[in-house]
Amino acid sequence: MNILVCISNVPDTTSKINFVENDKIFDTNGVQFIINPNDEFGLTRAIWFQQKNQATVTVVTVGEISCEPILRKCLAIGANKAVRIDSKALDGFSVAEQLKSLCEKESFDIIICGRESIDYNGGMVPGMLAQMLEMPFVTNCISMDVNGNEVIAKREIDGGVETLSCSLPIVIGAQKGLVEESDLIIPNMRGIMQARQKPLDVVAPANSFSKSSVDKFEKPPAKGSVKLVDPDNIDELISLLHNEAKVI
Amino acid sequence: MAIIVYAESQNGKFKKSAFEAVSYGRALANESNKNLVVISINADDPNELANYGPDKVLSVKDSSMNDYTAQVYADTISELSKKEGVSILVLSSSADSKYMSPLLAVQLGAGLASNVVSTPISISPLVVKRSCFTNKAFNHTTLKGSINIICVSNNSYGIHEKESRPEVVDVKISKNNPKIKVESLDKATGSVSIADADIVISGGRGLKGPENWHLIEDLASTLGAATACSKPVSDMGWRPHSEHVGQTGKPVASNLYIAIGVSGAIQHLAGINASKVKVVINNDPEAPFFKAADYGIVADAFDVVPKLIEKLKAFKSHQ
Ligand SMILES: Cc1cc2nc3c(=O)[nH]c(=O)nc-3n(C[C@H](O)[C@H](O)[C@H](O)COP(=O)(O)OP(=O)(O)OC[C@H]3O[C@@H](n4cnc5c(N)ncnc54)[C@H](O)[C@@H]3O)c2cc1C
Ligand SMILES: Nc1ncnc2c1ncn2[C@@H]1O[C@H](COP(=O)(O)O)[C@@H](O)[C@H]1O
Repeated sequence: MNILVCISNVPDTTSKINFVENDKIFDTNGVQFIINPNDEFGLTRAIWFQQKNQATVTVVTVGEISCEPILRKCLAIGANKAVRIDSKALDGFSVAEQLKSLCEKESFDIIICGRESIDYNGGMVPGMLAQMLEMPFVTNCISMDVNGNEVIAKREIDGGVETLSCSLPIVIGAQKGLVEESDLIIPNMRGIMQARQKPLDVVAPANSFSKSSVDKFEKPPAKGSVKLVDPDNIDELISLLHNEAKVI
Repeated sequence: MAIIVYAESQNGKFKKSAFEAVSYGRALANESNKNLVVISINADDPNELANYGPDKVLSVKDSSMNDYTAQVYADTISELSKKEGVSILVLSSSADSKYMSPLLAVQLGAGLASNVVSTPISISPLVVKRSCFTNKAFNHTTLKGSINIICVSNNSYGIHEKESRPEVVDVKISKNNPKIKVESLDKATGSVSIADADIVISGGRGLKGPENWHLIEDLASTLGAATACSKPVSDMGWRPHSEHVGQTGKPVASNLYIAIGVSGAIQHLAGINASKVKVVINNDPEAPFFKAADYGIVADAFDVVPKLIEKLKAFKSHQ
């Protein structure tokens, strides 16, 4: 079994989000980068398949050299090899095209992406890749079991869970539930040492076109201060919600 | 050329977000001087859309589409959109619409922007404002396709009624060939889902244990609200994963969000910040949630929530 996990390099969840150069560029000053949390749930499931079914796990990121520490971390967690497609991630469409060209060179049975990245929040790349490769696609995926060629996957839907079946190869958009928080693997010393020996291939980008560009960022307006209501005067809260905020 | 909207329905009824998407489409059509064509799939009464201004409604009724499969829906919507000469396709930001939007983008060779929070900043070139960094910021995205797709964020534009007399056309679809089969659907009936809810009541670790969740549930049922929780609460198994909201959970964009015994960690706030009005109940005046909230009560939840439920019941019965 050959598994690809697509990794997005994102600012840590506690990062202060600021912009520079007239709000055109994200300020990476002092920002720690991490594996996109949804991708980490997916990677952990891939390692599970590696241990159970001897699957080979490749991780890939489309990005510049600054993304390599994250790939090394994936190797320390247990991935067999890493690939960096040496191109700035322009937009979802061009990233999907880059990933597609890798998938056409090697054949993967399972392609795992995160449901969405926590920086761009596009939720675009996995579905685009699936459509480009004409593979079945399950996003918001909270469980995936493989039996021979058959896949049973569960998708979280608004207010419930849907169980789906299809055959390999498949593309999924992973999220928490696929594995639990407590299953996440913290690399140990041995893993970190081994990661240094594992292959991290840098490949040249394929030709791709972007279909969108981000020109500028904006921060939400500063919030006014909270109106505190006396706990002995709940009627006031109800009146504020009804008359002032008009939400009840 | 036309503005196309897919109006999402569930069990034959249009979702609220469908009317919002049609309202948004009407605004786009006016601004760009184009016709507004709305696609409805298995909705019982497509004429209901006439309240929101379409020029034409394409109604598909096909039992093979009773189960939602993103691929089959995308195939159908892209085929109809091409026939109508689509320039911009508008979808909601529901889980189902976000699921199929990238498939549609590839099929139509279109530019795609999800989580769009307002009408375009500019129509030509097409520039939209969308949320990013999990609601900590917005970006201005230029869509460069000759066809483009916009997913409108829930509750961001609102529903604007505008009566029209659309031509309603029944359309047949080509036979589809799904790659994925829906085996079963396990849906909580009767309760309100977080995605559709106007009001969400959320509980955190401050509630001490699952046995106290009747407080959250009673408050929610009094207000017709959905229930949600913080991440540790679902990690500890007090509540199902599907209720976990925040940066790594479900996003919330309700009109009213009431957080009880939730500290307001940055990862929690990121996921719920798009809600319009936020209320916090917490016994620690230093809890970070007070900085993000519009209204707050510093008190023990076990004292104040029962009173709040009682008062709200009285308020509701007078309305
Ligand atoms: C990568 C990452 C991703 C994360 N993603 C998410 C996410 O998506 N969603 C999320 O929620 N969290 C997320 N977290 C966790 C987040 O950092 C916080 O740990 C979490 O939100 C805290 O949950 P809580 O507010 O329920 O609990 P606590 O922080 O323990 O807060 C409990 C609150 O209850 C109050 N309280 C106690 N007793 C009472 C009482 N009797 N009456 C009233 N109030 C009372 C306390 O004053 C306190 O403020 C993430 C963390 C990381 C590292
Ligand atoms: N630059 C990238 N390189 C590799 N995978 C990516 C990249 N950007 C996004 N992805 C994958 O696509 C998923 C969704 O990203 P997005 O479309 O940005 O929300 C992520 O969780 C990753 O799995």
